[in-house]
Amino acid sequence: MRNFQKVALIASAVLLTACSSTKLNDTPVVEKTPTPAPVAQAEPERVVRPVETGSVDPLNDPKGVLANRSVYFDYDSFVVREDGKPVVANHSGYLTKNTGRKVLIQGNTDERGGTEYNLALGQKRAEAVRRAMAALGVSDNQMEAVSLGEEKPKATGSNEEAWAQNRRADIVYQ
Amino acid sequence: MKKLHYLLFSATLLMGTATNAQIKVEIAGVGSNQIPVAVAAFADEGIAPADVSDIIRADLERSGVFKVIDAGQVIGDSASIDLAAFKAKGADALVVGSVSKQPDGRFAIRYKLHDTVKGAQISQLGGEVQPQYTRLQAHRIADDVYEKLTGVRGIFSTRIAYVKDTGKQHALVVADADGENEIVAAFGRESIISPAWSPDGTKVAYVSMEDRKPVVYLQDLRTGKRNVISNVKGNNSAPAWSPDGNLLAVALSKDGNTEIYTVRPDGSGHQRLTNNPAIDSEPQFSADGQSIYFMSDRSGGPQIYKMSVSGGNATRVTFNGNYNISPRVSSDGKTLAWISQRNGNFSLYAMDLASGQELRLADGATEPSFSPNGKYIMYAIKGGGRASLAVVSVDGRVKQRLSTNAGNIREPSWGPFMK
Repeated sequence: MRNFQKVALIASAVLLTACSSTKLNDTPVVEKTPTPAPVAQAEPERVVRPVETGSVDPLNDPKGVLANRSVYFDYDSFVVREDGKPVVANHSGYLTKNTGRKVLIQGNTDERGGTEYNLALGQKRAEAVRRAMAALGVSDNQMEAVSLGEEKPKATGSNEEAWAQNRRADIVYQ
Repeated sequence: MKKLHYLLFSATLLMGTATNAQIKVEIAGVGSNQIPVAVAAFADEGIAPADVSDIIRADLERSGVFKVIDAGQVIGDSASIDLAAFKAKGADALVVGSVSKQPDGRFAIRYKLHDTVKGAQISQLGGEVQPQYTRLQAHRIADDVYEKLTGVRGIFSTRIAYVKDTGKQHALVVADADGENEIVAAFGRESIISPAWSPDGTKVAYVSMEDRKPVVYLQDLRTGKRNVISNVKGNNSAPAWSPDGNLLAVALSKDGNTEIYTVRPDGSGHQRLTNNPAIDSEPQFSADGQSIYFMSDRSGGPQIYKMSVSGGNATRVTFNGNYNISPRVSSDGKTLAWISQRNGNFSLYAMDLASGQELRLADGATEPSFSPNGKYIMYAIKGGGRASLAVVSVDGRVKQRLSTNAGNIREPSWGPFMK
């Protein structure tokens, strides 16, 4: 049906073109093609509409890489260690794909030293992680680097094992 | 002494909830050259809710400045007294007084201070107070005794603020300088640090982690109402008041590293004072309000510096040791106190600002806070066991220990003189 329609139109176009060089008094004849009859809905109970199934937000997968949200630091250090780089990379990857998500990067210290100085030192850790994520493409408006200083330890105890757990930056999704 | 129960999770009791954990004051070590003072029982003091002469004796003793002698008798304020007899007993001064109840329910407390050497009365005070302020009036009398005999204004009627951590709860607590009348001003699940009294003693600024980051709040103690002084991107902390109460200095990390700003109590008018990539924090106004002492690690380790209140060049103040933090200045402008880490230990140091001479006052110390007369420093004891507070006199001779039977207490801030 459709091809016939096309041919008919072409034919009428040719006719029109042919007529343009001479002035005719009578209106050119355009062959009217019958409009094709609508396709009847065949068997409505048998229609299948495809659906794309939802997937678990990788952020919520307790077994996924994004479940690791802490970057640990050496004593008196604000350098992201090798073991922290995958955490930085994984969350940067997620945030660049999900630009509507925002994170608080909370820096922490162990308990040794003054309260306010530790707040500032923790902030340096958060800032180091923030800069590393920005270098991987995460935009500034998705991140805020803050510090809890020594106020929110992960591990209690006054020994190196506990202190090492507490010298960290945590990525907290808002 | 009435004890009210501390109710958790009760919104209606959010303000003004008293705790039943008391602070004990222990005196260890006293200074020489103590002034011997006899204190008599006040006439009819039993009718008042608190024993006025006991409170006066405890205050004077705690100061370490006096050798307190119990006169061993009741002496009313209008009694005739054989001062020579007291001089013979070894007392240089004698405190006497009376308590009576007014028709309106208030207590009239009258006191006199006699100098046994001069053989004459040298001071007196009268006052009518509601029953719950009996202790306060006794403290005011002790202040008067202290001032008349030392020339320095007393701090017995001042208040202190500190943070009490019980693991699950963090509370900002206000108490009398002797540890009595503890009242919870603010409490919640997240940390509170760096409380700072307004110069008029009615408000406290502090840093709260309730928003998952440090934010500086200002709370009016009388109403319980709070406003945010600073919540810009990053950390907001270390509030310190100018002596006239019109400005606060704060430490903000909005520029990518911690810098010092000033801001008005209503949170408006952020003005930047420092500008370098190091940590600049812990600002403290000088007594005349013209300078700001602060901590900076611009030379490598943290040291104490001083700059104009409008920022600009900073001069370094501490040169011994690699770790000097938490500067505090006495309101008489005479002394700088701070924490220095030497050989792994944190110690409280004081410097006479006129001579530059340093004195180590206490070990295992952090978070110092001057009494408003500049003669004592309260600090937090850190390291080994439960955190508690202690007081040391600026000359190092008098030491007091405040302990509580519940939780860790830290972050002390000594309140100002009030009427």
